[in-house]
Amino acid sequence: MRKALEGSQAIAQTVALCRPQVVAAYPITPQTHIVENIAKLVANGKMECELVSVESEFSAASLVLGAASAGSRTYTASASQGILLMSEVLYNIAGLRIPMVMTCANRAISAPLSIWNDQQDSMAVRDAGWIQLYCSDNQEAVDTTIQAYRISEATELPVMVCMDGFTLTHTLEPIDIPDQKMVDTYLPPFNFSRALDPLKPTSVGTLVSPDHYSEARHSHHHALLDAINEIVAADTDWQQLSGRSAGSLLSVDGPADAHIGILTLGSIFGTLCAARDTFTELPATKLIKLRSYRPFPVDALRQACSELTDLIVLERALSPGFGGIVSSEVQAALTHMASEVRVHSFAVGLGGRDMPLEIYRKLHKQVEVAVPAPFSIIDVELEKLSAEDHGTGAATN
Amino acid sequence: MIEVRIHGRGGQGNVVAAYLLATSAINEGWHAQAFPAFGAERRGAPVVAFVRLNHEPIRRRCQVASPDFLIIQDDALMNVPGITEGLKSGGSILLNTSKSSEAYASEDIVHSSLVTLPATQLALQYLGRPVPNTALLSAFLQLTDLLPVSSLTDSLKERFKGEVLEKNIALIEAASKTIPANLWKQTANA
Repeated sequence: MRKALEGSQAIAQTVALCRPQVVAAYPITPQTHIVENIAKLVANGKMECELVSVESEFSAASLVLGAASAGSRTYTASASQGILLMSEVLYNIAGLRIPMVMTCANRAISAPLSIWNDQQDSMAVRDAGWIQLYCSDNQEAVDTTIQAYRISEATELPVMVCMDGFTLTHTLEPIDIPDQKMVDTYLPPFNFSRALDPLKPTSVGTLVSPDHYSEARHSHHHALLDAINEIVAADTDWQQLSGRSAGSLLSVDGPADAHIGILTLGSIFGTLCAARDTFTELPATKLIKLRSYRPFPVDALRQACSELTDLIVLERALSPGFGGIVSSEVQAALTHMASEVRVHSFAVGLGGRDMPLEIYRKLHKQVEVAVPAPFSIIDVELEKLSAEDHGTGAATN
Repeated sequence: MIEVRIHGRGGQGNVVAAYLLATSAINEGWHAQAFPAFGAERRGAPVVAFVRLNHEPIRRRCQVASPDFLIIQDDALMNVPGITEGLKSGGSILLNTSKSSEAYASEDIVHSSLVTLPATQLALQYLGRPVPNTALLSAFLQLTDLLPVSSLTDSLKERFKGEVLEKNIALIEAASKTIPANLWKQTANA
């Protein structure tokens, strides 16, 4: 049913529809409203689950790890410092191949302290071994949360649903919340094949010697790569049921024969679409929304980029001392194409900086150069820094 | 697309005002988007929220830079430099003050229409609390005729119950009567 909902409220209602048996989360801006709304649903008898108050994100993650190991469908949510605090447990959840879903309400990382949105937090746990799906609007976040349970339980890999803090979590917009029957049809009860059982005791998390560690890592890596099929299938099936796709591995908006592309993750995709429709005098542009960041959909990306001469990668995080995180992977994925794609790498909107439509114009200017400029934060205002902080490699734009 | 920027102070229900306006529009079949520009939230600090209303899906998520309308919940904010920044030429300002609009004639707002509403006074009278947001929204709908005032009543029903709801309904009815209807209809339809 189409309703006017704040993103966080919609996520809480959606989580309830997925019938988790155990929820544990520690509130942190901008994830707080999700947990608050779940607590209200539980208190009002509209959601049946064990909701556990914990003293930290480390505990929240540990608790859902234990509960999921015992066969419960579980949920947690966090952001920023909370993600970092639970990072040790996140690696364990993934390495132990425990299915679960968490929402990352994307927020910048300290220092400097910022409560606002970028994606440095989920990027910081990129290698934890979780599936990471990025949402560009609240409808996608709702649909992806439901799909995430199915993907997670089919692959025995945890799924992190990334939605931009404030930009999505605190935005009210029309959202279609599916009915319980549809979600129940799509998502059968969780039946964990390796659930802890006192009658058939097993050990979890034991020491693995060098004789088997590499094999465990190999199988984890390949489980993630193979999850691509399940991510596609989960979206196809959901589309058949609900009439909506949540964006599969990646989706492309714009003319197929465009030679310029812009790739991004999350909510700035919509702003880029609006900018493309506003600045119609600029060359035709294909906008690529990367939804599945882990596993990284190399084949789908190569296909989407086959007609491109230039691809701008616009991301909300950076690897200090190197530059773009997503762009370096995109560049690696696009090597040995029939015709070379020049990759331009920019960060934008860090720590909640607004990304106005005009950025689109600025991006198009970058494509005009013969050799792609080195990575830069495209909306940095160098005049706010003293000259010695401009850096010798600072891009001039 | 119609874009509205709402200025207020922490505690005045600035975000709730944005959410109520967007909810009313969505319930009337519009596409709408409402979101706050969060600072460090605390009572009394200047806060801003944004609303977009459209008949097509809204894809942009940047802040509203050039609003068609400003709703200003505290007249002291009129002294803050840049408060009317970006307001479209021909755009309109709804200001919560007990003063008349003539008191705000200035170079900054020479091209705009400014309407005042003693929303805090009305709120004190009807709610017993100085929360001006719903009175201002009611006046906004009356001025623009974008949505029926009854749509605001419906979205209040989704958010409030009992005495608070009844008092707010009485307040928005009273507020709409103090304002000339359809004064900004042309701007809203532009």
